[in-house]
Amino acid sequence: MARLLILGGGIAGQTAALHAKKRLGGSHEVAVVTPNSLWNWIPSNIWVGVGLMKPEQVTFPLAPVYRKTGISHYQAKAISLHPEGSAGQPKPFVTIEHTSPEKKGRQEIVTYDYLINSTGPKLNFDATPGLGPLHHSQSVCTYDHAAHAATALDEAVARMQRGEKQTLVIGTGHGTCTCQGAAFEYLFNVEFELRRRKVRDKANLVWISNEQELGDFGIGGMHIKRGGYITHSRIFTESLYTERGVKWITRAHVKEVGPNTILYETLDGEEKTVSFDFAMLLPPFAGVGLKAFDKQGADITATMFAKSGFMLVDGNYEPKPYDQWLPSDWPSTYQSPIYKNIFAVGIAFAPPHAISKPMTSPKGTPIFPAPPRTGMPSGVMARQVAFNITDMMQGRSEVPTRQASLARMGAACIASAGNSFWNGTAVAMTMYPIVPDFQTYPETGRALRYTTGEIGLAGHWIKHLLHFGFIYKARANPFWRVVPE
Amino acid sequence: MTFAAKGEPAMIEPSKTERRPYEQSFYPPVPTPFTKRMRTNLLWQFFRFVVLNIKMLRMVRKH
Ligand SMILES: Cc1cc2nc3c(=O)[nH]c(=O)nc-3n(C[C@H](O)[C@H](O)[C@H](O)COP(=O)(O)OP(=O)(O)OC[C@H]3O[C@@H](n4cnc5c(N)ncnc54)[C@H](O)[C@@H]3O)c2cc1C
Repeated sequence: MARLLILGGGIAGQTAALHAKKRLGGSHEVAVVTPNSLWNWIPSNIWVGVGLMKPEQVTFPLAPVYRKTGISHYQAKAISLHPEGSAGQPKPFVTIEHTSPEKKGRQEIVTYDYLINSTGPKLNFDATPGLGPLHHSQSVCTYDHAAHAATALDEAVARMQRGEKQTLVIGTGHGTCTCQGAAFEYLFNVEFELRRRKVRDKANLVWISNEQELGDFGIGGMHIKRGGYITHSRIFTESLYTERGVKWITRAHVKEVGPNTILYETLDGEEKTVSFDFAMLLPPFAGVGLKAFDKQGADITATMFAKSGFMLVDGNYEPKPYDQWLPSDWPSTYQSPIYKNIFAVGIAFAPPHAISKPMTSPKGTPIFPAPPRTGMPSGVMARQVAFNITDMMQGRSEVPTRQASLARMGAACIASAGNSFWNGTAVAMTMYPIVPDFQTYPETGRALRYTTGEIGLAGHWIKHLLHFGFIYKARANPFWRVVPE
Repeated sequence: MTFAAKGEPAMIEPSKTERRPYEQSFYPPVPTPFTKRMRTNLLWQFFRFVVLNIKMLRMVRKH
């Protein structure tokens, strides 16, 4: 019996584990190492962050799901990979450190035949002094951060109800952040909520981000056909900000967050400040800091991981200028080029380069979004990798046969702009491919037929359905495979 | 909106009466009341719900 070991039980890890176990049945073992006892549907954290959902509504305990499905479970975090084993252990293994209250701090090794790294991001608040819930700004990246943000928002609303004016700044907390879409959702949910609580006239809402223009979202924006024109998402996004009375600061690298002031550098190299009473700024992401060692115990982290801490897979990582980027640079099987039984999916794999055009201030500060790896592509690549590995484990193939390149994959994204069954709205977008392909689509990089966007109540209904659908699926309830990634 | 230089406080007023030429909110297209109403019109949105689901399923089936 062989063992597939999955590090990280988030969106990608859970998808991989469920699919792999379904295919392998009792013939091989699937084991998951993940530090939290709860699974979190992260996209709904924005609704926790405005007080419309409780953390219990966006999470569920993982242990019963693993018990039910026959997946082995270690509540622990991986610390180091030993893909060649060690002097005393001939099999490849991972060193883990337990995080459950009963075994906290205890270390153990877990051997594997195949390994998937789906450890997601390290929320790198340390990159910006003063950033994050331990300092001066809020976050919605985890359900407890979001609950904390909701409390801070309530306090700001109470001040507005007493007649005080408040400035709320929402966006990205560093020049290299990704996930602008999540900050966008939080911004418009806050705006909607302030109207619902009848204090909108007391609030100055300000967006700050590292995007070159609004509507970039880390994918260089997208063009859609509308009203007889082919129009960039910048126009639609600026329209929404104007309609909802939100001011925007773009091309900004947040350098420091003080108790009430954000210091930022612009792409022009100027230093400016914006004052705030409430700020929600996303941190930049890095890899979770896994180390790797060879059989002799020599540190091989730099050969397996990029400097960012994300794992190198089958992409083309040769540094090259923007105009030479190719769709074929993007990985398609997510297999480590060195150890063929190791794969990385979701946020954990190293992208070959950004998608938005890299920009640098005169002081040399990079100010452009890192590439997003949202839920749908993370799920799709996790499923494909799980299928490839199970084929290899069951002797159907010696190499990965299914592919999931972001340059040949489409995505559907729903960005909430207000949570109400009757008058909420969300922006519903589809795009193909995610990574623009200017060879095939020279004008806009994407197929206009499949690249669409609109705002309305229907989008909100879908976003709400996805909330229930994905939690249902992650719980491995009956017919979970019917819910697509 | 005023972007303050380093050290200066930036106070940003959202009032519509303050919208002036050359400010960022002066240029973008804004929806007409009809466009805004359609965004939450139940009949129209039910139709869009069906259309959007088809579009998204088409995307899902592309990989
Ligand atoms: C606020 C917010 C809103 C979002 N909204 C959307 C949206 O609307 N639509 C969308 O498509 N995407 C959205 N995203 C992005 C989406 O959440 C990510 O794409 C997705 O979570 C990536 O999946 P993942 O499995 O790679 O990482 P994660 O889901 O973060 O999972 C990583 C897992 O690894 C675990 N882990 C960490 N370190 C270790 C370790 N050392 N050992 C073992 N396990 C470890 C973590 O605890 C976690 O369980 C949003 C993100 C945020 C932050």
